[in-house]
Amino acid sequence: MNEMTAEAAVKPHPRTSKSAPTGKTAVTLSEHIVEIVSDSGEGAQRCGQSLAAIAARMGNGVWTVEIIPAEIRPPARSVAGGSGNRIRLGSGRVTNGGNETDLVIAFNEQVLLGRVRNGELKANCTILLESMWRESTDKSIAATYVQTHDQLVAAGYKVIETPMERECRTIVADARRGKNMFALGMLCNIYSFDLQIAREQIARTFGKKDASVIESNVKLLNAGYDWAEKNLEFKYRIPATRSTEPQIVTDGNTALALGVLASGMEICAMYPITPATSVSHYLSSVFEKVGGIVHQAEDEIAACTFAIGASYAGKCAVTVTSGPGYSLKQEAIGLAVMGEIPLVVINVQRGGPSTGQPTKVHQGDLMTAIFGSHGDAPKVVMAPGTIEDCFYSVVTARKIAETFNMVVVILSDASLASSQQPFTRPQFSEAWLAPPVDQSEVPEGGKPYDWNPTTGLARRFIPGQPGGMHTLTGLAHDDQSHVAYDPDTNESSIRARSHKLAALQKTLATPPIFGDEKGDLLVIGWGSTKGAIEEAVTHLRAKGHKVSSLHLTFLQPMAPGIEEIMRRFKKVITIEGNWSDDPNDEIIDPSNRRYSALAILLRSRYLIDVDCWSEVRGQPIKPSTIERIVLEKLKPREAQS
Amino acid sequence: MTGHATECLLRMFDQHHELEDYQSGVPRWCTGCGDNAILAAVQRLCRDEDLRPEKTVFVSGIGCSSRFPHYMKTYGFHGIHGRALPVAEGIKMARPDLNVFVNTGDGDCCSIGAAHWIHAIRYNMNMTVMLHDNQIYGLTKKQASPTSPRGTKSNTTPRGSYLEALQPLTVTLGVQNVSFVAQAVDWIPEVLYDIIAKAYRHKGLSFVRIIQRCPEWLPNVFEPWMQDPLRTMLLTHEGGLTISPNLSKIYKTQERHDPSNINRAREIASLQDPIPIGILYHNPDVPCYEELRDAGHRRSARYIKVGLDAEFDKFTIWPQDADSNIQPSA
Repeated sequence: MNEMTAEAAVKPHPRTSKSAPTGKTAVTLSEHIVEIVSDSGEGAQRCGQSLAAIAARMGNGVWTVEIIPAEIRPPARSVAGGSGNRIRLGSGRVTNGGNETDLVIAFNEQVLLGRVRNGELKANCTILLESMWRESTDKSIAATYVQTHDQLVAAGYKVIETPMERECRTIVADARRGKNMFALGMLCNIYSFDLQIAREQIARTFGKKDASVIESNVKLLNAGYDWAEKNLEFKYRIPATRSTEPQIVTDGNTALALGVLASGMEICAMYPITPATSVSHYLSSVFEKVGGIVHQAEDEIAACTFAIGASYAGKCAVTVTSGPGYSLKQEAIGLAVMGEIPLVVINVQRGGPSTGQPTKVHQGDLMTAIFGSHGDAPKVVMAPGTIEDCFYSVVTARKIAETFNMVVVILSDASLASSQQPFTRPQFSEAWLAPPVDQSEVPEGGKPYDWNPTTGLARRFIPGQPGGMHTLTGLAHDDQSHVAYDPDTNESSIRARSHKLAALQKTLATPPIFGDEKGDLLVIGWGSTKGAIEEAVTHLRAKGHKVSSLHLTFLQPMAPGIEEIMRRFKKVITIEGNWSDDPNDEIIDPSNRRYSALAILLRSRYLIDVDCWSEVRGQPIKPSTIERIVLEKLKPREAQS
Repeated sequence: MTGHATECLLRMFDQHHELEDYQSGVPRWCTGCGDNAILAAVQRLCRDEDLRPEKTVFVSGIGCSSRFPHYMKTYGFHGIHGRALPVAEGIKMARPDLNVFVNTGDGDCCSIGAAHWIHAIRYNMNMTVMLHDNQIYGLTKKQASPTSPRGTKSNTTPRGSYLEALQPLTVTLGVQNVSFVAQAVDWIPEVLYDIIAKAYRHKGLSFVRIIQRCPEWLPNVFEPWMQDPLRTMLLTHEGGLTISPNLSKIYKTQERHDPSNINRAREIASLQDPIPIGILYHNPDVPCYEELRDAGHRRSARYIKVGLDAEFDKFTIWPQDADSNIQPSA
């Protein structure tokens, strides 16, 4: 038994506590994109997350993107099996994953090839490549390694063969379980990060484990740091911008779960589905501490109807899912619409249709969120654009759900789900919690759907409330909740449910324009593309282009004032992560071109010729791509290819 | 649980309820439909147990029998096809103080909602589930249901249904955590009432299959059993069904059955002739999911704030963290 305490394990190392460069000058950068990629299970994700946390503690801007294989244990050394993390480090606030990668640490050449083939690396990217494969006793592995290595060098990458395995073996018997911390040490050296902060981060990460675990990881960290100091010829420094406020560093799914806590909701019913499940994982570990319950139902339909039951009984509930699960919930969502039961549905979108791309980012569910469920089923649809939004959107969604007795759908996506970005620590407000449900006795003649003729709003009676007894039904019903077969009642009740959207719309603020109020081109986006769009717009404006952007948080209803904004620009285009036909494709002409979801909505609502550009590569859209597209669209029509 | 004191006060002023306090509207079921008998028994139960109408919820799915909540002057939830059970579970989890009843048909429970049926038994939440089993789809006009006897001629099986009928009791008794299983028939109201009352008093999910006549689509299917009382078997045990001497004279086929004996219960469940009536299985010790999950707490804003702040702490980087570690410029 090691007597050493966790604190002792992370005590400053006398030799390396100061990270002053010895002989090397650190090149100052405003930003850098680094990734670490390994076989699944080799800890590259943990290394990446730790690096991001250390950078954030240093005061740097950070955006991380997980590199996730679709399988739990993909075959070792496979091109599609790479697992890891991509971290964009910046001097200021970082709002998106950025463009191509500047520096990679790869534990084998095959997972690296996967990244190369996806076009994720910058042309002259620096690659720190595990060199053990060169000496592999398996001749074919050694040959593949050498061949790939030579190809990468020939292609212009700066490949630095790194003996991570050999170095780690001097410290631990099983290098597979420690190489990630060695890599972390190298990165701390490369980016001139403070080793003491790194050690504290390790203590935090392995806090629950034996002090000896922390000690050996710290040893590996130090070794990686020293190796890089001795053997690498370069070193960077990204000046940190101090934050004066406490910052929260989490991914979007954790932020959604924190939002559930903060909203005061007490019941979350779910069924496991990628990439939404981690919301429930985190929530399951903490919800009970504030009196909440995560119910893992037998299926998606049961998860939704369970939540509806809880909401009906007076405790507004949330159900969390992704595309396929959302499709299954549609009928139940229609029931909540019909019964006017408040409900929050979180859809962390993934690729579709069908099973699609479970771990990849797509924005393909906007139409199904707005128009899904048979008949006219008006519901509120909102989409967070940042990690911070993920948190607040749940609080807002619950408020709207209970104020308007409506279903509120939150569309997050696989990119927000696993990306991390620091945001200002929220200050809890009692106003976040819904006021207690009115349980007072219903006076004689009280109607369960006493629709306001203008707004469609009605007070809701919940079980336990004396005098409010009625049977809620999914059948068409009158204001007494009696089944209604007559045409007038059917139409007037549909009107009431529809008008609630209009009433909500009246309360929404016009979204702010990013950039000038008028110009040549307006980019409109929604969801996780916000940061990339705004970064591209910033660059374009710096080059003198009259480009602005607009981010829509509310997709249904849409805030007032959007049409007026659009009319002040010569051209309007949406940029989205869902399918749209390329007008230049041979078979496509104006009569058959399919537009992106938001473009369709804007065109139909405002009768403005909104253009669109989209990609469905399952990767976050890069700011440089958006820049290229906007420049293309800015050209006069005849000059466009 | 701060609610208890108020609850007691309210109870002191509780008024005694009459049958009409639970009756709402005139049922639109066909004359001779077994649902009428079930409704009468349930209204009587509510009166006898003096259930507060505002604290009582009837949940149903879709089908003839799922109209049930509309005819109760309590809270009701007439939802979507097959999903009565998960809705009821959500209600019970949110509000364990409510009396929750579920009315579901053979199509609703054993076909489209079969997954929920299995899992509801496993959750064992404290509610009374009545399976109105008339062995046919009624509202959609005569299609075979999973419980239709093989050979049933219907609009989707004009040459007779192909498969053996699913047995709801054997299925239910095969699921882990089953705690109360009984069977009743609509044409012996006295026993029907008694069984529903025993089911209501059981803490946990009580599953009552009620064999029910459909005069419209399967008019004479139970006629042989109604004509010959010996083809009905009453299950008795100490403290079990109250069988009047008159009834005993008519239904002479009886078995003393220990409802804690699940193996014998499963054998009885598979009997189709005679039809067993009574409590097949009863285990009062199976834990209820809502209690395992500690449902029903009331929470203050402060309680939530403390919990949330503790979580924020896990993810917070305080400004001084960064302060002390700003690098000297190179």
